[in-house]
Amino acid sequence: MELRILATPHEQQALLDLPWDMPLEDWPEWYLVALPRGISRHVVRFTRLEGRVYALKEVVQSFADREYRLLRDLERLDVPSVQAVGVISGREAPDGEPLDPILVTRHLQFSLPYRALFARMMRRETVERLIDALVVLIARLHLLGFYWGDCSLSNTLFRRDAGAFAAYLVDAETGELHNRLSDGQREHDIDIARVNIAGEMMDLAAAGYLDDTVDPIATSDHVVERYHTLWSELTEWEAFDVNERWRIARRVERLNDLGFDVAELDIVTDIGGRTVRVQPKVVDPGHHSRRLLRLTGIDAQENQARRLLNDLDAYTAETDQQGEDEEIVANAWVMDCFEPVMRAIPREFRGKLEAPEIYHEVLEHRWYLSEQAGHDVGIEEAAQDYVESVLRHKPDELAILGGTSGDPEETQPFRIPWDELG
Amino acid sequence: MATVTYDKATRIYPGQDAPAVDSLDLQIEDGEFLVLVGPSGCGKSTSLRMLAGLEEVDAGAIRIGDRDVTHMPPKDRDIAMVFQNYALYPHMTVAANMGFALKIAGTPKAEIQQRVMDAAKLLDLVEYLDRKPKALSGGQRQRVAMGRAIVREPQVFLMDEPLSNLDAKLRVSTRTQIASLQRRLGITTVYVTHDQIEAMTMGDRVCVLKDGRLQQVDTPLKLYDKPANVFVAGFIGSPAMNIATFDVDGERAKLGEADVHLPPAVASAVKAEGSDTVTVGFRPESLVPTSSEDVGGIPVTVDLVEELGSEAYVYGHPAGPKAEEQSDRMRSDTVIARVEPRMAPHKGEKVTFSVKDGESHFFSVKTGERIEA
Repeated sequence: MELRILATPHEQQALLDLPWDMPLEDWPEWYLVALPRGISRHVVRFTRLEGRVYALKEVVQSFADREYRLLRDLERLDVPSVQAVGVISGREAPDGEPLDPILVTRHLQFSLPYRALFARMMRRETVERLIDALVVLIARLHLLGFYWGDCSLSNTLFRRDAGAFAAYLVDAETGELHNRLSDGQREHDIDIARVNIAGEMMDLAAAGYLDDTVDPIATSDHVVERYHTLWSELTEWEAFDVNERWRIARRVERLNDLGFDVAELDIVTDIGGRTVRVQPKVVDPGHHSRRLLRLTGIDAQENQARRLLNDLDAYTAETDQQGEDEEIVANAWVMDCFEPVMRAIPREFRGKLEAPEIYHEVLEHRWYLSEQAGHDVGIEEAAQDYVESVLRHKPDELAILGGTSGDPEETQPFRIPWDELG
Repeated sequence: MATVTYDKATRIYPGQDAPAVDSLDLQIEDGEFLVLVGPSGCGKSTSLRMLAGLEEVDAGAIRIGDRDVTHMPPKDRDIAMVFQNYALYPHMTVAANMGFALKIAGTPKAEIQQRVMDAAKLLDLVEYLDRKPKALSGGQRQRVAMGRAIVREPQVFLMDEPLSNLDAKLRVSTRTQIASLQRRLGITTVYVTHDQIEAMTMGDRVCVLKDGRLQQVDTPLKLYDKPANVFVAGFIGSPAMNIATFDVDGERAKLGEADVHLPPAVASAVKAEGSDTVTVGFRPESLVPTSSEDVGGIPVTVDLVEELGSEAYVYGHPAGPKAEEQSDRMRSDTVIARVEPRMAPHKGEKVTFSVKDGESHFFSVKTGERIEA
C-alpha cells in the first residue's frame, strides 16, 4: 500500500517528514508538542511544523475522510471551527502491519480549551460567558443545517472576545450536514449538549474547580433556554398591528445586537391590511466584525469588533468628524488610536493575546487609570502602563493545548475506546 | 419495555420524488433485538431516526407500546440512543457517573440510588460504585458507560452503526458483548448496520431494506434458508449465493452447459406467469462435485481455491463452449462452491457440481419474488 497525503501543497511538504510508519501512540517526544493532552476515544497528539501547531488524530479511514470533508465544508460555510489540513492514509508499519489513517487539523491560534479557563477556579460569570458563546455557535450551526451530535465544552475551543468568548467547533466526528434540520434534530442536539455540559460542570464541582454559586443543572438548563430564545429571535414569525411598523426596525436592531445581520426579511400583510407579519429569512452572523473589517481591515471577533467600533464612534465625536465620510474617519482612527497602541506592545508580548483583545484591554485600562487620576489619560499613556502592569504578567495564549494540571486525567473526561471492552 | 410499531411510516426528503422510507410496516416485539440492514441508501438509518424523533414522519404513524410518538419530541419518547456519547468524568464516582443524567432529569435521590444499584448488579459493578473511573480497568469503564444508558430504563434502545469505527477484529468481539448484554436486560432494541454478518449474528430478527422498502423481516436462519426475493437471496450470506437466469426446458433449467432440476411446482409457476426463464440461486455449500454418470450439473473451471483448514472455497467460472453466454446471465461472473478441505480441486481443473436436493432457490424473473418448490 502506498502512503497518501491529501493536503494543501504547502503543508504536504512539511507533513512528509513525520514518522507515519509508527503508531501515533509510539511517536517519540521530539516530534510532539509536550503539553498535556486529552484522553480521547482515539489517539490524539500535537506536533509543531514550521512554527505552526497541528493536531493529529488516528482514526479509521471512513471516519477520517468523513470528518475531513465535513470540516472543509464548515470552513467553506464560514463556521468557526478548526481547519482540516489533510488525511494521511495507506500507513504501514515496517513489518507490513497496516496502520489507521491520521486526520490532521491546524491548531487554532489564541484558542483556549475550557479546562484552561479554570486554572484556579471557574467563576459564575466565566461559566455564563462560555455558555453564551456556545449557544451562539450551536444556533449558527443549526441555521446552516449542521447537526453536531456531541456538543460539549470539551468539543469546543474558546477565543477571548472583549471580555467574553467566541466558540469554535473542534470535533465534527458525530456531525452531519443536512439541507435543513428537523425540530427533532435540533431538540436532540441541544439535549445532548445539556447532558454533556451538566456532566462537565458536575465534574468540575467534584474536583473543587467550580465556584459554589454555580449550579451545574441550572447552568445546563440555561443552555436550553438561551438557545430557544436565540432561535426564536432568529427564525420566528412576529405579528403586529400595521400601526406598529417600527417593530420591524426593532427586530432588525435586536438581531444586530445579537451579532447577526439580516440579509432578507419576509414581510406579509394580511388581506385586510391590519396585521403585519415578519420573519427573518436569511441571517448572517458577524454583523459587527464584518463592519469593522470593511471599515478598517481589522479582523476581530464579534464583541471585540463591537468594542472597537464604539471606540471609533467616540473618536468621531471627540474629533468632531460626525459629518465626514465613515471610511475616512475610520482610517484616521486606525492611524491615531489603534496602531499607536499596537506599536506600544513589545514583540515578545504579542503571543500573549490577539491584537483586538489587547486593544480592548487597553481601553478598559484607560478607563480604570482615568478614574483613578480624575482626568482622561490618553490612549498611548494607557497602553504603556498596561504593558508594564498587566500584559507583562499574563501567560502566553498563542498555543494552549491542554489543561493546566500536569496529569491530564485530573481535569478531563475519559473517553472509552471499544477495544477496552470485556 | 415495550413493543415498537411502524404503521405505514413514510419519510420523503424535501425535493426528492422517491420516499427515503416507503410505507414501512413493522412490528417489533417487547424485548426483541431487531436489526435493520441493507445497502447504503436503503432507508435503515432514516427508519431508526424516525423512531428516535430526529426525522419527520410524512405519512403513517410510529407507536412505542400504545403511545403514538409520531410527532413527539425526542426526549419525551422514552428511548435511549446508546453509545453515542460515552464520556466518563474523572472526578465523579462510578455511581455518580452512572446516575448523573437522572439527576438532571430531576429523579428523586432515593430512586437514583436504587436504579444505579440495580444497573450495577447487572453489570457486576457493585463493589466499584464508590471508586473513580481511573481506578477501573478498561472493560469496567466500558460497563460504567453502558450503565449510564441502562439507569434511564428506557423503553427502547436505539443503536446506529455503533461498531463502524472499529477494525474488523474488534467488531467481532464487541458485537457479542452487545448482544449478550441486550439479552440480559431484555430491553427492546433496534440496531442499524450495513453489515449482513453483524445483522445475522446479533438479531433475534433481521429486517432487510432496499430503496426505502421492506424486503423481508425474519429470523436470521429463515432469511438464509428462505429468502423472500432475489435481492435478499443475494444480500444475505457470505460468500454470496450464486444467482443466474436459466432457460426453462420442461423439468430442467438450463444455461449454457449448466443443467439443473426444476421442480414441477416451479415449472408450472413460471409457465403461469408467461415466462420461459427463471432465476435460480444456490449457496456455495449446496454445491457438491458430481461423478460423470449424474444427469446435468454445473461445469466449472477452477480459478482459485481458498483453503481455510476447516473448509475450502472454490472460485471458478462456467466451463464449456457456451460459457460466454452463461456469464452474461449470472449475477456475478464467479461461481463459488464450498468443498471438503484438503481435497479441493486445483486451479485450472474442470469440475462439475450438482446442487443438493431441495437446496435450489427459484425466483420469478418478472417480480424477483421467491417461487416455492
